[in-house]
Formats: sequence, C-alpha cells, structure tokens
Amino acid sequence: MLANCWIAPNSLAVEDVPDPQIRNPRDAILRITSSAICGSDLHLLDGFIPAMRKGDILGHEFMGEIVELGQGVRDGLSVGDRVVVGFPIACGDCISCQRGLYSVCENSNPNAAIAETAMGHSPAGIFGYSHLLGGYAGGQAQYVRVPFADVGALKIEDDLPDEKVLFLSDVLPTGYMAAEMCDIERGDIIAIWGAGPVGQFAAASAFLLGAERVIVIDRYPYRLRMVRENTGAETINYEESDVLDALREMTAGRGPDGCIDAVGMEGHHASAALHAYDRAKQAAKVETDRPHALREAVLACRNGGTISAVGAYGGFIDKFPMGSFMNRSLTMRSGQAHVQRYMRPLLERIRKGEIDPSFIITHTMRLDDTPHGYDIFKNKQEECVKVVLKP
Amino acid sequence: MARKSTIGVRSVTDALGIERASRDRPSEGLARFLGWFSLGLGAAALGARSRVSRLSGIDDSRTAQTVLRIAGVRELGHAAALLVPRRAGWGAWTRVAGDAMDLAACGRALQRRRGERRRRLTYTTLAVAGITAVDLYTAVRVARRRRADGNEVHAAVTVNRNIEDVYRFWHDFENLPRFMYHLRSVRMTGDRRSRWIARAPAGKSVEWDAEIVDDRPNALISWRSVAGARVPNSGTVRFMRAAGGRGTEVRVQISYRAPGGMLGAKVAKLFGEDPQQQVCDDLRRFKQVIETGEIVRSDASPNGSSVQQQANQRPARPVAMRGAEW
Repeated sequence: MLANCWIAPNSLAVEDVPDPQIRNPRDAILRITSSAICGSDLHLLDGFIPAMRKGDILGHEFMGEIVELGQGVRDGLSVGDRVVVGFPIACGDCISCQRGLYSVCENSNPNAAIAETAMGHSPAGIFGYSHLLGGYAGGQAQYVRVPFADVGALKIEDDLPDEKVLFLSDVLPTGYMAAEMCDIERGDIIAIWGAGPVGQFAAASAFLLGAERVIVIDRYPYRLRMVRENTGAETINYEESDVLDALREMTAGRGPDGCIDAVGMEGHHASAALHAYDRAKQAAKVETDRPHALREAVLACRNGGTISAVGAYGGFIDKFPMGSFMNRSLTMRSGQAHVQRYMRPLLERIRKGEIDPSFIITHTMRLDDTPHGYDIFKNKQEECVKVVLKP
Repeated sequence: MARKSTIGVRSVTDALGIERASRDRPSEGLARFLGWFSLGLGAAALGARSRVSRLSGIDDSRTAQTVLRIAGVRELGHAAALLVPRRAGWGAWTRVAGDAMDLAACGRALQRRRGERRRRLTYTTLAVAGITAVDLYTAVRVARRRRADGNEVHAAVTVNRNIEDVYRFWHDFENLPRFMYHLRSVRMTGDRRSRWIARAPAGKSVEWDAEIVDDRPNALISWRSVAGARVPNSGTVRFMRAAGGRGTEVRVQISYRAPGGMLGAKVAKLFGEDPQQQVCDDLRRFKQVIETGEIVRSDASPNGSSVQQQANQRPARPVAMRGAEW
C-alpha cells in the first residue's frame, strides 16, 4: 500500500510499504476512504516531537471501511462497516477509560516506559505520533490497523458524506472539549488563541455551549475572516494590535471568562525579538516548547477564570506567569481530547444539523500529494486551513 | 511517592503504580561526596604542593614531595572511580586502599620528625585515620546494597479487576508465561507442584520443579523451586484491595540464589540484563492481559511492552509477517 512516511525533519515521502495485518484479537483493518493533516502533524514535520524514526507512517485523523476483524472484537462491528476512528488508542477496560479519560488509557502505549521517563506517567498511544506515544503506524495511508477497534471505531450508519464526519476523529472533539473545559455559563465571553481548525471548532462549540461572545486571535487575515463568517466570532489580528490591550478594550476591562490555547508548542509572537528569544532557546533545547499563547492567555483571563489548553505541548516551557495565575485564582484544564467520549454526541449534533464541520476544508488532494499538502499547510499558502487526503 | 511497603523494602512508586525498590540513597550520596572530596584533595596536592606539605609537616624532605605528588595523582583516580559510574560500585574500595598507603607513609614519616613538624604530622595522621573510617563505612555499605540488589527484585502494579479475579488468574501458574516473557511454559503437575521451563541463552531452556509453599485465597501466593533446581528461586505475590476499591494492588517479590561463577552469569542472563526492569515489564503486561485480554502491540514494538525493545525500535509501519514472528 501507499503511505505518507516521515523521513527526517521537514522531509516526507509517500512510499510503498507492506499492508497491515491483524496482530491482536481486538484489531480491525480499515481501507481508508479519507484522512486529514492535523496541525499537530506539523510539530512532527518540524522535528519538535522526540522519538521519531525514519519511515514512520503519519496521520491520526482518518476514516474508512472495515475489511478485516479480529476474533475478539466485542460489539457491533462487522466487515464492510463504515467507521471513523478516534486518534487516541484506548482499551476501554482500565480505570482511566472507564472514567471517560480515553486519551490517558493506561494500557495502549507499549512504550510507556519511555513516556514515563519524560512525563512521569504515560498517556495513551496515538496513531502515527512518535515512538514516545506507542510507535503505531498512522492513517495517511491506504490501510491501517486499528487496535481496540471496539472502543475506537464509531460506525457511521447513515449516508453523511466523509467530509461531515471525518473530523469526529480529532479536531471537532478537540475544539468541543476545549470549550467544554471552560465550564461556560450563559453570557460568558470566551477568547481563543489560534484560528486553525481546532480554534474554529472551539469557537463554534463555545457558542453551542452558551457563550455570548467569542473572540479569536490569529495573524492570518484569511483564517480570521473564515472564523468570523462561519461562527460569528469577533477577531483580533495580533500583528496589528496588542492582544492584552484589545481584549481589555473589547471586554471593558473584565477580561474573557475562559481562555483557550489552541496554538501549542510552536506559537509565534508579534514582537520579533520575543519570538526570537524563545525560538533560540527551543533550538538550543533549553526549552522544548514556545508558549506565547499560553502566557498571554493567563494574563488576559479575568480573575477566577479558566484557561483551557488543548494546543499540543511536548516538553517544557519557561517564563510561565505563575504569579498572575496563582494570585488571581485562575484554573487551568488541559488534555488531549478524550475523543471516544464525544464522538457519539457530536455525531448526533451533526445529524441534526447543529454543526457542519466540513466548513474548514480548504483543500482535497490525492495521497500521493501529501508532502505538498503539508507544505502549503505549514507555510499558510493558498489560504490553507485543512487538507483532506483521498487514497 | 516513597513509602515503607508491605514487605519491608523501602520503595518508590512510579507511573502506573509500578513500584521499584529504591536505591540506598545515603550510601550513594556519601560515595558522591567522597568523589568530590578526592577531587579537591588531588587538586590541592598537585596545585598547592608547597603549602600542603608545610601544613602536614613534611616540607623538609624531597622524598616526601614525590610521595605527595603521587598521592595527588592517585586522589584524582579515586575521584574518577567515584564520580564517573552512574551507580557507586568499587570506587570507595580504591579510597580505602589509598588510605592504607597514606597511613603507612605517615607512620614512616613520624619516626623521623620532632617538634612542630611532628605535631602537624600527628594531626595529619589522625585526619587520614578519620577519613579511612568514613571510606570503609561507605565501601561496606555500598557493597552490601549491591549484593541485596542481585538477589531480590520487587515490583507492584494496580489493576482494574476485583481481588478474586486477580488471585484466580495468578493462581493458575499456567497463565504466567502469557506475561512473563522469560518463561516458555509452566505446567501444573500436582495440586501444589508445577514444572517450569524458562528461556536460556542460545535458544536453550532451563527447567525446574516448583511447589506452592503458602496459599491464602485472595491474599497471597508463595512458591519456591524444589531441591535440585539449577537456579534456586522463589517468589511471593500479594494481593490487596486498592484504596477506594479502585481495583487490586499486586505486589511481587522474586528471589533467586546466584551461586556465582559461570552459573551466576547464566542466572543474570536468564533474568535479563536488569531483573528489576524485567519484573516491571512483566507486571505491565500482566495488567494489559488481565484488563484487556491481550498484550498491546504496535508496529514499532511488536512484542509489546519491553524496555529492551524500546531501545531498538522498528519504524512505525507494518512489516511483512514471517511465520509466527509475532
């Protein structure tokens, strides 16, 4: 089969590799019908996630048709079913899974000991997301093996097109969970750093959950226009105005009730000097992540408000404004999305027409062109927001 | 979180609740301190030789200058032996040997000196004797701890199953090879007796008979190899309700007698390079098997959790299957 493989930082290649096979009783093999490139894939491309190996297959947002099932798959799935698969691999049986914390499944990372060295405890394994998180082949390919298919694969029974349900695999639940973690009350103002797919879905979800105003911060006019048109959010371009001043002005001094970091470890800063400072430390490996958005979110948040961090971080940050965070009674919540918890209710919302996630797709291309897709996505060319790949 | 565990071993619980016997930190710390101390002494003896020789009352002899220079170089050697290895080993013994040489030299020098020099040299000798006591204490303590490490390993994990299920699963020893990779098979041969076959280097096997010596339902199982086993070994597994009823804590202690020599080396290989790590891997897989029914495998770690395999990962892409490789 063909698969998009990581070769080295900033180097990808579509290669011919062996087809996956059933390895465990609860596995399924999928023939992929659509997959997507995620913003967090860019951290892999740029080489900021450790423990990548030449030849790793990328991709954790995908859906397809079941072509083979292991003997032990527990419920309801059969060959021929059309399914969308959540990006965290979760067993469904450990205490974390049973509490709905699927992205911190205790069993699905066979390389947990490496992750424990870096993080203390290990999170769940993730498709195509480094050897730190399991060393699983990803779904930017023609076929993929899905472990614990009875937990991870959601059957799509009606004729909703791929474009409407594909994003149940990651970005829609991630954006939704980002908003949910703000414990939104009617009348709240929510600020969101990052107008990529997750930030845009977080904006849409914040309105669904009762926010009165949503303010999205980015530096690309086409993304800000898109989120204004599709969700009704207000926007700030951080290259044109100072974000803290603008938020103070827009909320008349109150500050947003909830602040969502949908940027993560490769943030940019309007001040070239400040950006260069963190970029240099990142290159020298004295700081693995650039937390511009997170620092700003803490300072912007109203007293007693909540920071919701869903942008991906990999290691360590510094200059975290702990004094502001502590003295002003802020709360921070975070996590990789517990996708399996949100897939069914969000599918229901899509079915009812409350949300149509296909609005973020800007490009559809063949699997052969995946490296080009990464290129335009990374460099924000052709107004790229989301690339869907068709094997 | 460090705490006194149920079986009296000072232990550290790490991620997943897997518990490791902790290093004997006081003796490690003392060994490090002696390393830096040696470095200081060596640097002083070489860099400020005249002042050191005046202080210790030996500034009147050319031979003493040479002895001091040699001692300085030797101290740097001690520093390297104590500071370079990740864990303190025989380094402290090199200091003890050096101390013996120094005491002998002091004794000789004392015979020939009088007055102020003799007074200074006496203080020097007393100081060296004091340091010798500390060195000896450290060396013995480090050695004792190393011996204990080799003979007993200890780990624990929390699993999301009730105590009855966990006890029943473990009580059937024929289940053990499903998660203990060094075992080829275990066959029950009687009510309390079983035949164990383990992997040995070069595709060979080691076999022995074991018997259950203590069996308390839902609390403890204890077994040991019967007389005649080439690698005498024993194990105990204890089951406890986890706090809040959130599953069951499983604590394993395995001891084996390493008779030394050739056999000792074989035992070390039999239990993998790091027996402690191996028991941790075993328990991780035990948790997977009893909770999910399978060993979790990825393309990069086709054999499931194993630290040795993690050091040598395949790329995360399917491999063409060859026979029963998986």
